[in-house]
Amino acid sequence: MKKKNKKSDVKLKFSGGWEYAPAPESKDHIRLKEKYDLFINGKFTEPETGKYFASINPSTEAKLADVAEAGDKDVDKAVKAARVAYENVWSRMPAAERGKYIYRIARIMQERAREFAVIESMDGGKAIRESRDVDVPLAAAHFFYYAGWADKLDYALPGAKAKSLGVAGQIIPWNFPLLMAAWKIAPALATGNTVVLKPAETTPLTAMKLAEVIQEAGLPPGVVNIVTGAGATGAAIVNHPGINKVAFTGSTEVGKIIQKTLAGSDRKYTLELGGKAANIIFEDAAIDQAVEGIINGIFFNQGHVCCAGSRLFVQESVADKVVRKLKDRMETLIVGDPLDKNTDIGAINSKDQLEKIRKYIKIGVNEGGEMYQSSCSVPSKGFWCRPTLFTNVSQSSRVVQEEIFGPVLAVQTFRTVEEVIEKANNIPYGLSGGVWTDKGSKIFKVTSQIRAGVIWANTYNKFDPTSPFGGYKESGVGREGGLHGLIPYLQTV
Amino acid sequence: MDQIEKQKVKELNGKGANGESSKEGRLNVMKTYKIYIDGKFPRTESGRYYILKDKDGNTIANICQGSRKDFRDAVVAARKAQHSWASRSAYNRGQILYRIAEMLEGRRAQFVAELMQQGSTSVDAESEVSAAVDRFVYYAGWCDKYQQVFSSVNPVESSHFNFSLPEATGVVSILADEETSLIGLATAIAPAIAGGNTVVTLASSSKPLCAVTFAEVLNSSDVPGGVVNIITGYRKELITHFSNHMDVNACIYFGEDKDQIKTMKENASLNVKRPLVYSGDDLLSDSHQNPYRIMDLQEIKTTWHPIGQ
Repeated sequence: MKKKNKKSDVKLKFSGGWEYAPAPESKDHIRLKEKYDLFINGKFTEPETGKYFASINPSTEAKLADVAEAGDKDVDKAVKAARVAYENVWSRMPAAERGKYIYRIARIMQERAREFAVIESMDGGKAIRESRDVDVPLAAAHFFYYAGWADKLDYALPGAKAKSLGVAGQIIPWNFPLLMAAWKIAPALATGNTVVLKPAETTPLTAMKLAEVIQEAGLPPGVVNIVTGAGATGAAIVNHPGINKVAFTGSTEVGKIIQKTLAGSDRKYTLELGGKAANIIFEDAAIDQAVEGIINGIFFNQGHVCCAGSRLFVQESVADKVVRKLKDRMETLIVGDPLDKNTDIGAINSKDQLEKIRKYIKIGVNEGGEMYQSSCSVPSKGFWCRPTLFTNVSQSSRVVQEEIFGPVLAVQTFRTVEEVIEKANNIPYGLSGGVWTDKGSKIFKVTSQIRAGVIWANTYNKFDPTSPFGGYKESGVGREGGLHGLIPYLQTV
Repeated sequence: MDQIEKQKVKELNGKGANGESSKEGRLNVMKTYKIYIDGKFPRTESGRYYILKDKDGNTIANICQGSRKDFRDAVVAARKAQHSWASRSAYNRGQILYRIAEMLEGRRAQFVAELMQQGSTSVDAESEVSAAVDRFVYYAGWCDKYQQVFSSVNPVESSHFNFSLPEATGVVSILADEETSLIGLATAIAPAIAGGNTVVTLASSSKPLCAVTFAEVLNSSDVPGGVVNIITGYRKELITHFSNHMDVNACIYFGEDKDQIKTMKENASLNVKRPLVYSGDDLLSDSHQNPYRIMDLQEIKTTWHPIGQ
């Protein structure tokens, strides 16, 4: 006898014979220079190296602009400019005035939000919906939030007097280029430090646009310096004796090298490193909501998110249902032109990253994992990866243990709360985690036992300037955002 | 040292190692100084020892020369104990720390005697014991307060309830101050365990007596086994193991030796340990007690939940 499906179990059909018409965001108002120099001491300066590298659009592989490659001498110039600005101007300025400069930056960013969003999507490959609704507004909000702290630092550290550190060297990744610049620069400036920032080599353009905003805001020369380049430029910053503090967001591998490099000095550091978050779905969760949360958790920003929910744990009793619904939902995801407002998943950030993701997919298959990819078409040019999930993987699988930084989800099952907590924690990382259940007491049992810095309960991948972010264990040291994000830029006196 | 004190020390030494008797006709019972792992007092598995002598060259005791294996065993014990220690109520942890202070105070005479055996004057010994007792009282009081002072409810823009609070970093290895026997130990251990961490501590090599007696205090203060582990031995030999163990989350170094600090910090990078360096100067002063010592061994956890339907 045929059993009648419950309404909620009916499989959705997407072969309805209609498609979304393209809805591209216009590029007309975007002003990009052919060549970007280094931003040192308030001016755009040609690099001493004389070298430039191309920043390309990963969705078309077309060159967007040439960008200067900063060498040791350039970094030295930038650090010296930051030092002079710190000693002579920024550390002496009344705190309220310092705050007003930061407010100005926030305001100008809001005015130029659309331009920033489009360039972010062109340079990094992320869907315009995300750069428009998440990256750019959050970046501006971050400046706005920390601006107000500048003259209230006496309330940040109870019972202690705090002062700034000096020059902060900041190295940021390519997954949220503008947002990470904001996360780094805003608290550093609010606490009275000056900055030498290095954006990632594949996504330098919005940082250079930010340099324009900083100029427009009239920030005193040298307070923020932006030097572009690859790993060698970053190393020059970390190794520079004129730096008082290093703030790094990137891989755990590089983070460990930085920590080791700084071992012989008293320089402070904040490290925001890799992750491999457990996203835990209990049988009593609102399943459809949870499925949306899983999709957002792993496919947001093409999975290029250190806090991505890349390990899914589903309670056994609902595993089949959740996996089926997940596959259905994955089928509906639109992969393609980042500038199209309908796009869910944009381009993989670079060829190197695409190769790394493909390598892991191969490893997953070779380890006996069962792979599923959505059947969507992808453009012929550019770097693309279909949403992918693995079932039949074990705790020891490399796709379960290692950070892939792409749209690849590993699914495991569990029976008891204790079991899933142990599995979730059995990893060197501890950046984030998710839990889905309708039972309040279970939420707190799980959230209090997951060893990670950010836990989303019945939601995922939410960010806010007031909300501290950062990892336990090998996911890093220190917090960014909120009151706690001030502390790494202060010392007690 | 005046004559009376010298006599006192002589009598104390006479208690033990050289087999003299302090009163005619009766042989004193010597104390065996052992290490403290998982709530028990084993000898070092290595079977090694070093001889502790007083200023005049008389033997005070044979001290365990702890090994890498001892340290690793202690880390296993500390890891096993950490979750349940951190899960105890803050009130209960506060009571246990206060109990440590009570037991320390009760054994004051023994600590004073040991400090004097290791070269302190009686005045200095008395004030060191007082400071150690007071330090535990100080941190006992913080056990249920630092969370309130350093937590936040974060006014996020979206419709979520969002809060941040401190949680213990985990297992902490401590290279305790070399120049002091008791106050250095208390200063290092108290803020760590007040915050729910468990610790493995290397005592001062040259002044190890109080560390072992302190372990006896812990053992009778309702501190669960494994929460505090104390090893005696040489810093030079053990610093590498204390700093490169992959299941240790933070490493504390008391002292000034630049090379040792560098070694410790470099090793810490192997698993992104939190390396902490504190000066051993003026340990009796209040500058060595504040809630930031607790917060140095805390991680901030932020939790989000939707507000709605």
